[in-house]
Amino acid sequence: MTDPRAMIDVREMTFAYVGQPPVFEGFSWSVVAGETWAIIGPSGCGKSTLLYLIAGLRQPSAGSILVDGQPVPRPRASSGLILQDFGLLPWSTVWDNVALVMRMGRFYAGKRDPAGSPRPYPRADITPAQVDYWLNRLGIAAVSDKYPNRISGGQRQRAAIARSLLQQPNLLLMDEPFSSLDAVTREDLQRLTVELREETGVTTVIVTHNIEEAVYLGQRILVLGQPPNRTAPIISNPLAGRPDYRGAPPYWAKCAELREALGNEQPDAAP
Amino acid sequence: MRRRDLLWGTLAILLVWQLAAMLLRVDILPGPVAVFQALIYELPRGLGRHFLVSGWRVVVSIALAMLLAVPAGLMLGQSPRLDRLVAPIIYILHPIPKIVFLPIILLFLGIGDASKIFMIFLILFFQILVVVRDQARSLRPELLYSVRSLGAGRRALFRFVYLPAALPSGLTALRVSIGTAIAVLFFAESFATTSGLGYYIITESWGRLAYPEMYAGVVAMSVLGLLLYFAVDWLEKRLAPWMFVKE
Repeated sequence: MTDPRAMIDVREMTFAYVGQPPVFEGFSWSVVAGETWAIIGPSGCGKSTLLYLIAGLRQPSAGSILVDGQPVPRPRASSGLILQDFGLLPWSTVWDNVALVMRMGRFYAGKRDPAGSPRPYPRADITPAQVDYWLNRLGIAAVSDKYPNRISGGQRQRAAIARSLLQQPNLLLMDEPFSSLDAVTREDLQRLTVELREETGVTTVIVTHNIEEAVYLGQRILVLGQPPNRTAPIISNPLAGRPDYRGAPPYWAKCAELREALGNEQPDAAP
Repeated sequence: MRRRDLLWGTLAILLVWQLAAMLLRVDILPGPVAVFQALIYELPRGLGRHFLVSGWRVVVSIALAMLLAVPAGLMLGQSPRLDRLVAPIIYILHPIPKIVFLPIILLFLGIGDASKIFMIFLILFFQILVVVRDQARSLRPELLYSVRSLGAGRRALFRFVYLPAALPSGLTALRVSIGTAIAVLFFAESFATTSGLGYYIITESWGRLAYPEMYAGVVAMSVLGLLLYFAVDWLEKRLAPWMFVKE
């Protein structure tokens, strides 16, 4: 039975890359709207693949994936996707990169199907003032006329997040978003992620290989193992998202719990 | 390149030319003053018209090549399936020196503008096509994923990602091949025609042993090449300002 509040509903899903054994086989998983999830697992476990499947960038070979009650045969504009390498246009300034969503909305404005096709076009009603708002909120208004290769990694990821949030998504998918950043910047952005989630209530799924990050951000943590994944343990982590959680004793206890769960998922790992 | 540097460069070349002319003292190497006198005298008496004819031919060829090669390259770069189909043909045709087709093109298109334009177009088309295709092919999948996830379909990807990504490389390819384009134009105009700078240089002045006029024609052809080079520079700065951002 499906939870009617499910933002993501993966049912009996199977996926394999061409010529390779399946990454997921009859895999089921469900995310309630408003939750923040972390997905963790060793390299090659399929955690990024799962995110791409939900984003509509890959299609399952069997079973179904529903996002907000709809199948995702193509990426939907109301899912934001944040990648490790930022995905900014190198030929556009920060402002233009964030405003890309606005321009694409206008680009498609005349193409909207009045019959209400499920095609998720970018919103056509975004204004330059909203672009400025998100640049300010993410603290990158000062670099808005710079090109991506002239700003720091943290600022680039802030620009990518601003671009996604401008669309007012109801689902934010993040694939190793902070992995290439230095420790201080990473903690800054983790804190910012928590704040933004509080402000927008957006359902968030963060793929990470970092135990501390998973425990700090994920109210629930999905632990994937070596493929094929059929079922996966879920660790409940209700204290995640509290500002003072990092470093507190329950936090370390949860990290230890997650580390052990990860060890169980890796039968060939060294003892 | 700064304007002042260009001026210095021009002066240096003129100085070497003047010195060589003074040392050799032969009528096959007139000095710059004699040549520029001939240039000014000849411009309204045919040379100007030949300049415009040549310029028209090469500009039309460039425009046609860009208009067809950039979209075609983008299409091939976007679709691996189409690329696999067409790549062998391009692979065979690309290295063939197109100039050897000139007699055939002259037979089919005659000795007018069409044959010259088509000849230059053919050369530029493949240069630009290959570079634009490779550029479009080399776009990082992450960039495409993240723009698609913002709601971009095929058309928006084309407009907002592939086109801006490939246009600068198309212009670079164009700049590299402008020299070839002018050389081919000169060759194509040097026979079987009655207009253009090649005709002016070979038939109207070289053939008549009118050396200052011949040099005037050479200068005109060089200026044509330079102007096109500057035009591409200007276009690059307009269309790809991000490539010129200073540290």
